[in-house]
Amino acid sequence: MLSIKNLHASVEDKEILKGINLEVKAGEVHAIMGPNGSGKSTLSSVIAGKEDYEVTDGEIVLEGEDIGELAPEERAHKGVFLSFQYPVEIPGVSVTNFMKTAINESRKAKGLEEMPANEMLKLIREKSELLEIDRKFLSRSLNEGFSGGEKKRNEIFQMAMLEPKLAILDETDSGLDIDALRIVANGVNKLRSKDNAVIVITHYQRLLDYIVPDYVHVLYNGKIVKSGGKELAYELEEKGYDWIKSEN
Amino acid sequence: MDLKEKLLSSFMAFEERVDVNADLHNIRTEAIKNFENKGFPTKKEEAWKYTSLNAVLKNDFSVFPKQENALSYAEVKKYFLHEIDTYKVVFIDGIFSSFLSSTTHEGLDVCLMSSALTKPKYKEVIDTYFNKIANKDESLTSLNTAFAHEGAFINIPKNKIADKPIEIISFSTGNEAALMVQPRNLVVVGKNAQVQIIERHQSLNSNPVLTNAVTEIYAHENANVDYYKIQNDVLTANLIDNTYISQKRDSNVSVHTFSFGGNITRNNLNFYHEGENIDSTLKGITIISGKQHVDHYTLVNHAQPNCESHQNYKGIFDGSSTGVFNGKIYVEKIAQKTDAFQQNNNVLLSDKATINAKPQLEIFADDVKCSHGCTIGQLDEDAMFYMQSRGIPQKEAKALLMYAFSNEVIDSIRITELKNRINKIIATKLGVNMGFDL
Repeated sequence: MLSIKNLHASVEDKEILKGINLEVKAGEVHAIMGPNGSGKSTLSSVIAGKEDYEVTDGEIVLEGEDIGELAPEERAHKGVFLSFQYPVEIPGVSVTNFMKTAINESRKAKGLEEMPANEMLKLIREKSELLEIDRKFLSRSLNEGFSGGEKKRNEIFQMAMLEPKLAILDETDSGLDIDALRIVANGVNKLRSKDNAVIVITHYQRLLDYIVPDYVHVLYNGKIVKSGGKELAYELEEKGYDWIKSEN
Repeated sequence: MDLKEKLLSSFMAFEERVDVNADLHNIRTEAIKNFENKGFPTKKEEAWKYTSLNAVLKNDFSVFPKQENALSYAEVKKYFLHEIDTYKVVFIDGIFSSFLSSTTHEGLDVCLMSSALTKPKYKEVIDTYFNKIANKDESLTSLNTAFAHEGAFINIPKNKIADKPIEIISFSTGNEAALMVQPRNLVVVGKNAQVQIIERHQSLNSNPVLTNAVTEIYAHENANVDYYKIQNDVLTANLIDNTYISQKRDSNVSVHTFSFGGNITRNNLNFYHEGENIDSTLKGITIISGKQHVDHYTLVNHAQPNCESHQNYKGIFDGSSTGVFNGKIYVEKIAQKTDAFQQNNNVLLSDKATINAKPQLEIFADDVKCSHGCTIGQLDEDAMFYMQSRGIPQKEAKALLMYAFSNEVIDSIRITELKNRINKIIATKLGVNMGFDL
């Protein structure tokens, strides 16, 4: 599914990613953990194509195609989805209209007709139930005045609507209480299949109790310094990041 | 001969051409004198600091159209709000087109300024209202008054709710190499009466046009007036719009100005309060690019207690376009409990685009609520990335943000078909086809 080789990325001449290698196969869930400032969010932004970052070396290959030069929307059309740590407020655009535009633009890019209105409504209803989202919520301006939990739930709702091949969840657990965390994790788990893959980026092990990873990687100082199974997350929780820092 | 001299020397010939009574002759003579003294405004004047007419005035404008021009409805249908039934007052090169118009005298008057100015039955209305609220010191308003002859005359009697919107459209055909027109409109809305008016100036080719329009609007007690100005003209069209509004107690007047086209557009919009519990709304969206220039110069004169005014102007400037927003709120000593709000938000899409924003609050009463806010920003890049990451291409994402930005103003349009039309114009302007109306 995703193959990242020797990825180096900088922002304003400061190197943040210093040679990342990562292989994610269809059906897998990978967790990327690490202390603050280790490059976790940079990695997710670079995969999604944020222009502020300059890729200085290496490649990002999605299903055999190098997507490193593609615009963010083109990556989205190929099935990349990033759930933002801080979803952006867009006043004046309702959640529903935003999703209609996003879905129809993706369809347009694939040479498909626009989704018929009744089909769209059905899809919205189905996916909003999955995330336990109130219908009234969908006519509100995107993320405007949403609580932290509502914003994250709305991110996973969008993921459910867009059905990506590769979903990257950037600190989706931050700002969530235990009930919201359960709803969000439950949503993600229902969307998992043998054909898609999920990368969970998190600081804490807590979310991984709900979205159980196949692999855990530890990112430190722009490099993956340790990889293992889900037990690595428990080890990190127990020993703390100082353990990693002292080894590197 | 420059344009000022040409206009001055044409004045006598003009007065001989039109049927004039003595009162009007006096008004016109006063006006032409004022224009002669003051001339066209220059950047030396504070009110015209950011807008220069110099280049425009170099054109050799015809000041009287030579002949009547005909247009077929099919040629110009798209400029009308053709989805609904409307009254229409249409001018072609400054001359009334009875063929394209749909006027009335049944229950309300929607007709011609030229007949109102000359027919005895309108004398009382003209004596009461004509050139009463228009600023007699202002040189361009005076110039219009001097040559005031044609335009729309709308008189809604008390308790009458106009049964359909009224469209005032002025077409320029390019029959003249360069044309100057000076429409003069008078709108009188009686006690408890209501009306919606849409005004548009449209050139049909690229010969230069200079329109110097004056509109006087009188809203009587508890009257309701919605006025929409569509400024989406070609790049060789220049518009100076002078609108004066007098409001009596409990009246409600809104003016929406949509400035998308034209070379130089200057909107002088003036509200005067003559009673309590008045509500005034001034809203505008400006979306321009290239070398276009749009200048909004607003005045709300709070002269009575317990009145409200709401101003909300949005501007999007691309290329090397320039915008000006000068919003003056004047609160007289007697005008206690005034609630005056002014908001002006601008987005600059290019390094070369400019906006000059100047809120002016002069408050002489001590118990008032006045607020103003002005922002100038760039496109929110985080929002762009967010939308792109969901598969919305850059161009559409930009358009969506611009739509969202303008939405507060579009949302308050009370004619659905007009709202749809404005949405479409904005989509075309932004080069996208949006799948929905916001």
